[in-house]
Amino acid sequence: MPELGRAALVLCLGLSLYAAAAGAFAARTRRRRLAASAANALYASFGAAVIASLVLAAALLRHDFTFSYVAGHTSRELPVAYTLSAFWGGQEGSLLLWLLILTAYAAAACALNRRRAPDLVLWVVPVLGGVASFFSFLLVVVASPFGTQPPPLDGSGLNPALQNPYMLAHPPMLYLGYVGLTVPFAFAMGALLSRRADERWIVATRRWTLGAWAFLGVGQLLGAHWAYVEVGWGGYYAWDPVENAALMPWLAATAFLHSVMVQEKKGMLKVWNVLLVILAFGLSLFGTFLTRSGILSSIHSFTEGSIGPWFVGFIAVVTAFSLALVFVRLPLLRARTKLESPISREATFLYNNLLLVALCLTILWGVIFPILSEAVRGEASAVRGPYYNFFLRSFGLPLLLLMGIGPLIAWRRSSLRALRRTFAWPAATAVATGVILLATGAGSSLLGVVAYSFSAFVLASIVVEFALGASARSSLAGESWPVALASLVARNRRRYGGYVVHAAVVLLAVGIAGSSIYDTVREKTLRPGQTLQVGRYAVTYRNSVERRAANAQEFRALVDVRRGGQLIGRMQPGRNWYPAEQQASSEMAIRRDWTRAEDLDLIVQRFNSSDGSIELKALVKPLVNLIWLSGLLFIGGALIALWPDAREQRRLAARYADSSVAAPA
Amino acid sequence: MTLAYALAAALAVSCVVLVAWPFLREPEPRLDRVRELSDLEQRQVALAEARDRSLAALKELEFDHRTGKVSDEDYRALVGPLRRQAAEALRALEPRLERTARQPHAEPATEEPSRGVE
Repeated sequence: MPELGRAALVLCLGLSLYAAAAGAFAARTRRRRLAASAANALYASFGAAVIASLVLAAALLRHDFTFSYVAGHTSRELPVAYTLSAFWGGQEGSLLLWLLILTAYAAAACALNRRRAPDLVLWVVPVLGGVASFFSFLLVVVASPFGTQPPPLDGSGLNPALQNPYMLAHPPMLYLGYVGLTVPFAFAMGALLSRRADERWIVATRRWTLGAWAFLGVGQLLGAHWAYVEVGWGGYYAWDPVENAALMPWLAATAFLHSVMVQEKKGMLKVWNVLLVILAFGLSLFGTFLTRSGILSSIHSFTEGSIGPWFVGFIAVVTAFSLALVFVRLPLLRARTKLESPISREATFLYNNLLLVALCLTILWGVIFPILSEAVRGEASAVRGPYYNFFLRSFGLPLLLLMGIGPLIAWRRSSLRALRRTFAWPAATAVATGVILLATGAGSSLLGVVAYSFSAFVLASIVVEFALGASARSSLAGESWPVALASLVARNRRRYGGYVVHAAVVLLAVGIAGSSIYDTVREKTLRPGQTLQVGRYAVTYRNSVERRAANAQEFRALVDVRRGGQLIGRMQPGRNWYPAEQQASSEMAIRRDWTRAEDLDLIVQRFNSSDGSIELKALVKPLVNLIWLSGLLFIGGALIALWPDAREQRRLAARYADSSVAAPA
Repeated sequence: MTLAYALAAALAVSCVVLVAWPFLREPEPRLDRVRELSDLEQRQVALAEARDRSLAALKELEFDHRTGKVSDEDYRALVGPLRRQAAEALRALEPRLERTARQPHAEPATEEPSRGVE
């Protein structure tokens, strides 16, 4: 039924255009029925996007190779789950997923706020309609997933690297994050267009921003785990532009989540916050452009490609429009208060923001420099790991330290006496950690010692925050300590959820430092019976086997693993051959030791059929599992921060309800 | 293919009805305007935000003082201005709120009360 899919997309385009044009006209002339009609068009565009998505999903599941997209991204032997994940495995499908999530978010955001903030939603509808129009246009005119062809006997299959359980969740999570940033952008623009200088747009989008940011974070961790287990090079992050594409908007959103608190508490940084929202949204568009335009393989494939120039044009229009709007509304955004002291909570948020944005922009420069150099000089100059690692250390370590300092400092100002008291335990813990590490021989890397000492400082400051808060609450309300702790968190979920997220970031930092600074890597060609020593492990290659899987031919090396002379298990690293796709993939074997939080990874780089030998790469990655554990903690913290607070919602509802009943003075 | 066209037509008709619904439901409304926040109301929102900000800051200051994050000296220096700010915001809001309470139906009759975007 490609005709139904095409019709649904054309309808979606028409509805989005109507929402944008009629919505803008209605907002300008304040026509109630027209505004309601434009909002309804946005809801209907979601319905049309759902129909288009169902048509594509049904075609994928039915192996309907009359759809060029289905033939190009699946095969009859492809397992059902991966057949469905092919929805976002190609350009057209992933753009349709963008549109589906965008229209769903747009409909939900407008429906939830149309009574709470009607004058804001009036302008939000055309902004969301404008963004949806762009993606609908791409899908209708430039990259339709409903192109047809005479059906081949079998499809081309799905890229083997995408045939991994993590690929079922990683792209949708990232898209939920990318697209989610459209909502705060639309509300910020809505506030500026409607000349509202208050914080209504921030209140309306608080959870949307936090949710989008959490999805982006989880999506990146899932992507890192996918790279670790699937790509077969023994790492989890390679500063690849596609990875950076997701990291940049996440960093901008992280900066916004912090600086918005300064606006809420002190009424400062209004311009900065709007700029951060524009940056985060612009980077989410840029990320989609990077991954989908073909520009990463070559600047020429970008200009020859279909969607690239459209994306560049749209990003330019969005940036120019939003910056011009900020400029025009500058008088509305003036802060009435100033920074009282450089040693205050708001000052640490400011430092944190500067570092986050600096890191974000240096990564952006690393991503666009090769593109620019290819465009100007005709040859790409690659920006490699050392560039990014340098800036990660330069900005990341101070950021880590600030994460511990910030919570210990009061708003407005802190005296030295108070600082001495609150810093005592965390500072002592950091120093003790550093001394212990040096004493136990971890001093081979000064960077590692510094990273671990800072991490200890942050963890100690989080513990101090919870402990002091709970005991103050306990003495104030006469509650037992556990009850006081629970009510402390319940009464200020954003703050304490944020601390849990900070703890997750510390685990991440410890995991990254441990697995990248203290790892061991060995490579050797082994004949059957030969052994390779890597760290505490001795790995002995026995022989290789070949077997048939559902849609691939598997080649596995059988390797015995010993530690301290004792056999502790057998691992089976190898390679797969996918006949439908005519591609091979490396299948790394991982032996996870949770008690030591370390992994032993084995990668077969080549099977030599002439003499039966293998080229084996073995890695011991200490503390790498903390990275994955940090993901669980991150989700927990984000959920605490996202959990609705009925008292807070009542208070905010009362605050803004007052304005709608006020009588003239 | 016929079924696809029939479904597409049904989808299109449903969407058009939904979009036209506000006009179908109210062909001749008494008023067709979304009420705009007056300058006074915008000012009131700003005052309510200032009031909430001051009260939250006071609460946070008390808590930070109790946990030792704010010294006695800082507390004494900060609490006065914050109380003054909160009192000013409350005072500025008070007459309007009182007037609103006395005249619950004081909405100007020229415009329909805010119905939002429906």
